[in-house]
Amino acid sequence: MSSFIRWVDARFPLTKVWKEHFGEYYAPKNFNFLYYFGGILTVILIIQIVTGIILTMHYKPDVDLAFASVEYIMRDVPAGWFVRYLHSVGASMIFIALYVHMFRGLMYGSHRSPRELVWLLGMLLYVAMMAEAFFGYLLPWGNMSYWGAQVIVSLFGAIPFVGEGLAQWIRGDYVISDATLNRFFAFHVILLPLLLALLIYLHIVALHKVGSNNPDGVEIKQQKDENGKPLDGVPFHPYYTVKDTFGVGVFLTIYLAIVFFLPEFGGWFLEKDNFDPADILQTPPDIVPLWYLTPYYSILRAVTFEWLPGGAKLWGVIAMGAAIVIFFFLPWLDRSRVRSIRYRGWMYKTMLTLFVITFVMLGYLGTKNPGHVDLIWLKNVTWAQIGLVIYFAFFLLMPIYTRLDKTHPEPDRLVK
Amino acid sequence: MVEDSSNNRRRRFLAVVTSVFGLAGVGALAASFVASMRPSARARAAGAPVEVDIGDLREGQMMVIEWRGKPVWIIRRSREMLSGLGTLRGELADPDSQVLQQPIYAQNETRSIYPEILIVLGVCTHLGCAPTKNFERGSASGLSEEWLGGFFCPCHGSTFDLAGRVYKNVPAPTNLEVPPHTFLSESRIVVGVDSEGAA
Repeated sequence: MSSFIRWVDARFPLTKVWKEHFGEYYAPKNFNFLYYFGGILTVILIIQIVTGIILTMHYKPDVDLAFASVEYIMRDVPAGWFVRYLHSVGASMIFIALYVHMFRGLMYGSHRSPRELVWLLGMLLYVAMMAEAFFGYLLPWGNMSYWGAQVIVSLFGAIPFVGEGLAQWIRGDYVISDATLNRFFAFHVILLPLLLALLIYLHIVALHKVGSNNPDGVEIKQQKDENGKPLDGVPFHPYYTVKDTFGVGVFLTIYLAIVFFLPEFGGWFLEKDNFDPADILQTPPDIVPLWYLTPYYSILRAVTFEWLPGGAKLWGVIAMGAAIVIFFFLPWLDRSRVRSIRYRGWMYKTMLTLFVITFVMLGYLGTKNPGHVDLIWLKNVTWAQIGLVIYFAFFLLMPIYTRLDKTHPEPDRLVK
Repeated sequence: MVEDSSNNRRRRFLAVVTSVFGLAGVGALAASFVASMRPSARARAAGAPVEVDIGDLREGQMMVIEWRGKPVWIIRRSREMLSGLGTLRGELADPDSQVLQQPIYAQNETRSIYPEILIVLGVCTHLGCAPTKNFERGSASGLSEEWLGGFFCPCHGSTFDLAGRVYKNVPAPTNLEVPPHTFLSESRIVVGVDSEGAA
């Protein structure tokens, strides 16, 4: 070890931190491709921060200048189009990776004891990421930016008594205006990035305290060799740093292919209505958030029952909030004796499959007019109502079906 | 370690006092930070009343002005348009305007001070979209055979009649909002100021 490292180690725990988190952090040896996405998320987040800093150099958060400054970035700033598309496609790529990362948790029981805090911090990250994406979407000041923000902020108006005042406080005006654009810019570039950085740090600290789960859901710390190293573990570096580099490479190839050839992704990553400047007198024909928020938008619109006390709108907002909040309770709703889906019975497998199909269906319906028929037989709103029931059944019935479910015995060691 | 209990009591007292004053300071600081996000004096001034001349507005026409950044519709309804209002009661969610979406002087069947002049906010009460006018009757409207003219919200399909009253079984929960307004003369209106003792 060089004398310089020794000099640093006497003043800062450099080698200790390196060993704890890389050199001697033992991760299970059987990670499959679903375990790439944590690393992928970190990489895209760094890309988002770097491209975001460059965009901030050219963007103007002013209702009269914002739209034109984005066009200026696209046309006049050297490589501006590339930086902007990296950022706008990056937002969608983060959510793709995030949903796979969360699904991985549901598959292998990564939310189960002792990893409850890893799950909770991850959920906070998910919510913060949605807020970050929502605030960012107003900034180009396109027509969908404007009306999307109008709809979402007016949801707060549905809260009894304080709602209207709260909505005004968020907007800083009676409508979405310059004041709103400026503060959303502040939230997007300062508040939420700081919060995200803090939460990621805590997420990783919590994870490295309890150790990574794996596709078998078996605790590798139970079986150690004579040196106290887990028999089924391999050091994160070099084994997983190298493996993750490969996974990140594949992901970057797909990401860049989209940036270069399909940056709008047919209206899914950048909506067509957002190529018109915001017009307060002209609503787009369908106000639709970007795809990663549409499952919740579907749930909001699925509640059309006027007989509910307080009205359908209020309950729609409550259902949407509950759909997100209920994820936080997952570690305590899941009562199965085993962690991984490999050793669970048919009930959990069926419910998880149904849930994933429902989530995708709700996401699709959220982009469609509720009154139309885009699936089969029934109106979109009726399918969304069916989806809403399945969505909540997955969580609320979980204590029952995970306990009834016949499980297979877990092995002591990881299987080949 | 000081075991003297009177010293410990003093320490605890000082700790509590310091904490309380500290929290009060943090609270005062937070209050001004929170307050700084409220609408500014400029935004509130821009929300001032707007005066409009409707002398040029002819029967069956609609004009749109801006008040507090929201579109305000002013419609001069024809006799034919008004005649339909009474026949729709069964199809409306709140035909008598029980929900306070209008000043008291507009809580009548036409939801207006003068029957022919309707003034409503062009903001859907569902999620704040901008409905479009559709004054055609029957199938020419593209909506339904029975349509008597009104407003249609393209976002989620809410429909309103020619008094801004919401139909049943649509997403919008309430009638369109009538802003406070007053007539200076027959052709001059101020939006944003209440009428005193008006009709």
